[in-house]
Amino acid sequence: MIVLEPRPQPSRALALLSPVIAIGLTLLAGGILMALMGKPPLEALRIYFFQPFEELWMWITLPEGEREMWLYTPAEVIVKAIPLALIGAGLAVCFRANVWNIGAAGQYTMGAIIGGWFALSAPEGASGLLLAPYLIAGVLGGMAWAAIPAFLRVRFNANEILVSLMLTYVAGYLLDWLVRGAFKDPLGFGFPQSEDFQDAFIMPVLVEGTRLHLGVVVAILVAVALWVMMGRTMKGFEVRVIGAAPRAGAFAGFSRDRTIWFVLLLSGGLAGLAGAIEVSATVQQLQPQISAEYGFVAIIVAFLGRLNPLGALFGAVILAISYIGGENAQILLQLPKAVTGIFQGMLLFFLLGCDTLIRYRIRLMRPARG
Amino acid sequence: MTGPGHADAGPGTPLFEARDIVKKFGEFAANSDVGLVIQPGEKHALLGENGAGKSTLVKMMYGVMQPTSGEFFWNGARIVIHKPAEARELGIGMVFQHFSVFDALTVVENIALALPPEPMKALSRRIEQVSESYGLAIDPRRAVHTLSVGEKQRVEIIRCLLQHPKLLIMDEPTSVLTPQETRVLFETLDKLAQEGCSILYISHKLEEVKALCDAATILRLGRVVAHCDPKAETARSMAEMMVGDEIAWVERKGTSAETGAETGPVRLKVDHLNLPAASEFGISLKDLSLEVRGGEVVGIAGVAGEGQSELMEALTGEVFSDRAEAILIDGEAMGRAGPTRRRLAGAAFVPEERNGHAAVSELTLSENIILPHHTAERVATRSWIDFGKAAAWAKRVREAFDVRSATENPAAGSLSGGNLQKFIVGREILREPGVLVVSQPTWGVDAGAASVIRRALIDLAARGSAVLVISQDLEEIFSICDKIAVIHHGRLSKEHPAAEMTPEKVGLLMGGAHPEASEIPAGEVAL
Repeated sequence: MIVLEPRPQPSRALALLSPVIAIGLTLLAGGILMALMGKPPLEALRIYFFQPFEELWMWITLPEGEREMWLYTPAEVIVKAIPLALIGAGLAVCFRANVWNIGAAGQYTMGAIIGGWFALSAPEGASGLLLAPYLIAGVLGGMAWAAIPAFLRVRFNANEILVSLMLTYVAGYLLDWLVRGAFKDPLGFGFPQSEDFQDAFIMPVLVEGTRLHLGVVVAILVAVALWVMMGRTMKGFEVRVIGAAPRAGAFAGFSRDRTIWFVLLLSGGLAGLAGAIEVSATVQQLQPQISAEYGFVAIIVAFLGRLNPLGALFGAVILAISYIGGENAQILLQLPKAVTGIFQGMLLFFLLGCDTLIRYRIRLMRPARG
Repeated sequence: MTGPGHADAGPGTPLFEARDIVKKFGEFAANSDVGLVIQPGEKHALLGENGAGKSTLVKMMYGVMQPTSGEFFWNGARIVIHKPAEARELGIGMVFQHFSVFDALTVVENIALALPPEPMKALSRRIEQVSESYGLAIDPRRAVHTLSVGEKQRVEIIRCLLQHPKLLIMDEPTSVLTPQETRVLFETLDKLAQEGCSILYISHKLEEVKALCDAATILRLGRVVAHCDPKAETARSMAEMMVGDEIAWVERKGTSAETGAETGPVRLKVDHLNLPAASEFGISLKDLSLEVRGGEVVGIAGVAGEGQSELMEALTGEVFSDRAEAILIDGEAMGRAGPTRRRLAGAAFVPEERNGHAAVSELTLSENIILPHHTAERVATRSWIDFGKAAAWAKRVREAFDVRSATENPAAGSLSGGNLQKFIVGREILREPGVLVVSQPTWGVDAGAASVIRRALIDLAARGSAVLVISQDLEEIFSICDKIAVIHHGRLSKEHPAAEMTPEKVGLLMGGAHPEASEIPAGEVAL
């Protein structure tokens, strides 16, 4: 008989090990799935998860002149990781406060809309200095959207999970409506899309021959700043205390309402920033599809990173690999696109399962005779 | 009513016996080789400090959990109790410390939930019969949220009695009762025992055990350390068996009023404080007034749930009062100031709940220093936390109050109740606050820690601070307070010098009698 037995104290080692075990189990289950679909499991997993590393290895080992092409895929992993890390780091702080912002996808979309509105209304030949206000407009868009669940939660005790989630769809349809109306490119042959952004509003590329852009610096700075905030400052301490024990927060004189506002505006603002950065760096216009699902995948990123903003960087890279792997698997293995979602879902599933081991341990027991 | 393993018992066979019971949680043994023998009609006390393994043992007897090894016998036959329903079928009833009643339902509806289906009318009649024959006055049609805590307990007891128990387990039943209510409960238990029902009475109130029980089993650290006859022991000798050591009894040398010592100026003043109830079942505070002078320990007695937690939140600043002048700390109007401003004005607070209110169990001790001290003791400067300073504070508290733990800076939740309470009280006392408000300073802590804490409170007052103690423990109130007031239904009685008060008088006030009507004979109090 297998028995789950509470540990006297939560295991710190397993809190860190749990994501690693979960990744291992995801690979194992993924291999079985591949085999059932008639694909060679090891080869499939290699293509799915390890190809970016192989290509990075080629770039490191090959001499200059031959190696440049091998950097493209690793750089793509980072490009996908940028929005995931930005959103994930914000959500990590938010979830720490026991506030469940599930609507980062909507805040991301609003960031893109407000940023896009700013970029599209700028006069021809705008200065490159306008990139900063463009990004700020994105932040404000995300914050405004997150302010709605914050207000309803604080004022009426409305559940922020439902409100933020539902607003995601509102934001999605708003974008859809705008690119078919107000923002529609008159010369776009009727396609639902805006004009292309001017160069001033395009994130500068850092490495030629790749799409790796300035956003990576922003993401790392944000993650480090939030990590310092959580570990060293009163604000981070407030968030942790309110999340763990609201009454102890009240005893310490911390305002729960202020904390709810703070974490929702913070995570919403970062999601908005991610939206503005992403449309500026990749599609460079507004269109109905702007990868808003990053807002949901970033939930996995936050948990994989142990609700630590620095950990979110790690989580973002793992999830970015699953996206690239999914694309590779479509091309090289003729697998459907849905396989990406399946892998991401399995990862969260195993992660939540493994997290049980932080508080419990597994014991094999002989059945009690009675 | 015959359960598995029921056998006709010969004379002299115990009703219930536990042999060599072991219960392990991982490496930790909550019970080791525990033996317990209960005779028919016996009132048996199970004594021990918090964490001695009393609750673990009775949970196994009631089928809530299973022993790792060991055997139970019922009328001499071996039994295995898989779940509470089986225990009830055998004839084991249990009244828990925390009642499992639904506030929104009536008495009869609550009881019907626990019994096999039967018409409400018939059940109401049965409830009335039981309540009459055992002196447990209750109206089956009343909604439970209108009942006092003592009356809620009666609902639980009646629920058990309707199932005709042969063994009734009572877990700390008097912690919520006034002395008068306790007396009525004891009469009921005596009557039950005369009819042949055995009682297992779990308590740490030794005087009560002496008055009620005719046998006792004492646990310490999961092991049986003694069987004794409580009537032949003293409270002190039993306490020493529980603790395994000699105890320093804390008593005030003599109150300031008696010794004629000077008391200082009024340092904490509550002036006509009104506060509406936060929820439907909450208590509203009505026109509360109180003064605590420097050098004084003032106690607020009362049974649980009479407005103590509401008063505490109003005093800490977690809830604002209607007027700023309703609460004065060293003369400053603080009724509408948050906890931090009140601390800066020289006040310190120890709430009742250790985990989740006074401390966060997931955080380390030095992080828990930050909770009250971030601004008041400058453990954070501007927005940056000074972890060195927090750690130094934690070290000082641990040393001054002998807080024992396995590691240097453990999570608060890993400390025993007594050690964590010493830490929380010490954290505030080392500030040398001008005003200290403490709720339930020694609730659920071992006798050693309780004596350290009480001593520290008295010493703080002796150094000129005003100390306000809110406690349900009358023994505690009488042993450390100079003046005593009683809270009932959100109203506070006038404070009386402790020397003029007796437990009987306090009990009357706890039951809601008017302060000036202390000549009412005890028998006529609404019980």
